[in-house]
Amino acid sequence: MTPALAIDGLSVEYDDFVALDDVSLTVAPGESFGLVGESGSGKSTLLRAVAGLAPVSFGTITVDGKRLGGKRDKAFYRKVQMVFQDPYGSLHPRQTVDRLLLEPLAIHGFDDTEGRIVRALDEVGLGVSFRFRYSHQLSGGQRQRVAIARALILEPSMLLLDEPTSALDASVQAEVLNLLEQLRATRKLTFVMVSHDLAVVTHMCDRLLVMQNGGVVEQLASTDLAARRVTTDYTRGLLVASEGFCRKS
Amino acid sequence: MSALLGVEDLRVTFPTRTGVIEAVRGVTFTLGRERLGIVGESGSGKSQTGRAIMGLTAEHGTIDAKRLEFNGIDLLKASKAERRALRGRRIAMILQDPKYSLNPVMTIGRQIVETLRAHEPVGKAEARKRALDMLSAVQIRDPERVFDLYPHEVSGGMGQRAMIAMMLIAGPELLIADEPTSALDVTVQLDVLAILDRLVAERGMGLIFISHDLRLVSSFCDRVIVMYAGRIVEELPAAKLSEAQHPYTRGLLNCMPEIGADRHPLPVLDRKPEWRT
Ligand SMILES: Nc1ncnc2c1ncn2[C@@H]1O[C@H](COP(=O)(O)OP(=O)(O)O)[C@@H](O)[C@H]1O
Ligand SMILES: Nc1ncnc2c1ncn2[C@@H]1O[C@H](COP(=O)(O)OP(=O)(O)O)[C@@H](O)[C@H]1O
Ligand SMILES: [Mg+2]
Ligand SMILES: [Mg+2]
Repeated sequence: MTPALAIDGLSVEYDDFVALDDVSLTVAPGESFGLVGESGSGKSTLLRAVAGLAPVSFGTITVDGKRLGGKRDKAFYRKVQMVFQDPYGSLHPRQTVDRLLLEPLAIHGFDDTEGRIVRALDEVGLGVSFRFRYSHQLSGGQRQRVAIARALILEPSMLLLDEPTSALDASVQAEVLNLLEQLRATRKLTFVMVSHDLAVVTHMCDRLLVMQNGGVVEQLASTDLAARRVTTDYTRGLLVASEGFCRKS
Repeated sequence: MSALLGVEDLRVTFPTRTGVIEAVRGVTFTLGRERLGIVGESGSGKSQTGRAIMGLTAEHGTIDAKRLEFNGIDLLKASKAERRALRGRRIAMILQDPKYSLNPVMTIGRQIVETLRAHEPVGKAEARKRALDMLSAVQIRDPERVFDLYPHEVSGGMGQRAMIAMMLIAGPELLIADEPTSALDVTVQLDVLAILDRLVAERGMGLIFISHDLRLVSSFCDRVIVMYAGRIVEELPAAKLSEAQHPYTRGLLNCMPEIGADRHPLPVLDRKPEWRT
């Protein structure tokens, strides 16, 4: 089966700084794949490289069997959409939800914009009453729902999710994670999801890649992580830390 | 255990065009030389509780309480100058975002040195040494280099640790840490907590640890206060968190994904109007 995403020997450099160093991975269609690691480890850079937003110095990125060049075309963005961490920064505050959802439809020349906007709002659990609100009038969780609706309105097959719930309260995080899982099931989406939270990643993803300093530490299945079948001290350290504070007497 | 802080029926309100916002609605607790956690979702009044104790409520806000007492000092009657003096030396607060607390035009080292010398008559060389020691104590690997950097030249995590160093160098008796580690990596988070933990154990400092992370708080604190809509809905020993009674506390605990637990979909909070009263 052709992988939805295949990355081979990918490196990203900013001037002399190597932000991503020889990273390879494959994600099957419909799979949910996670990236974890401490801040600065290159997680966002990897997603940005796929989206064509980072300077790739080596390696290849292949989506649905098609190798990507330097520039992403419109067809790419119909297939692959990104959702960012910050629900405040990623949506223009002075635009209504309606405009935010209409924009991608207009760019890609979709018909039935009216029906699509209404359905998109319904799908993310917001309802039409939110349609003419400004994004600054929304709570963090509502904004993230709008961001997800905006990403999904072009009917992509893959979502790149960069810490989509890190800025949200735990209760709102649960709602957004449930929404993402439900959408993935009904739309047969492929997810590549970044989080610094091991529990979130193992909950959402089948397999995950542990990263450090731009490189790969190890790749493992979520079930292996849950069963503590890890092969590196680094991952073991992350696991221990995720259990909370431990008083050494 | 002698009470370091006594708070009784604390209320914080803000007038707005559309009516009065009751940010804190009758909060009561005492604090000894211990680690007290305050948890709750954003907007529940955690920070405003901390700020009222610090005397840092915004100008247009109103504070009202039956009692607000630090070490026998009536904070409700204290003058602005007295509050400021307390803030510098005996009560300190660490904020979530170091950008607001560090002076952008002064090197990190100089800020720590000046804070120390404002409180203790120490010589330049001694102050420098103590500042460097404090930077290492907050796990800054290369304190000599960081000493000479400006806040914008360091990462968020390092800025946070620098601020903690600055707050701690004066040796406060009461420290209010408002989401001090939320922006940090888990491993760094735990390092910072270990530093705070040592200060409580060794110096007998009282610590109020504000966080939205119920699990982290329960692993670190002695006691936990759970806030909802400006009120305390439950108070319990951290070790007994799993025995929490209030549906809000239980809901908060339940909705977090857990490694190895296979819960799809995650349980979500079903907020009840009666929780507000
Ligand atoms: N535009 C950029 N210019 C220079 N360095 C960058 C840029 N974007 C990211 N970096 C650096 O690349 C490294 C990896 O960053 P990032 O992928 O954002 O990490 P993560 O998402 O894992 O926290 C960091 O050290 C970061 O400072
Ligand atoms: N300066 C202010 N003016 C008006 N309302 C405020 C102000 N500061 C905070 N609030 C309100 O007070 C409530 C409690 O806020 P806060 O204590 O910051 O919550 P938390 O720290 O638990 O997230 C919120 O509803 C917030 O909007
Ligand atoms: Mg990132
Ligand atoms: Mg707060």
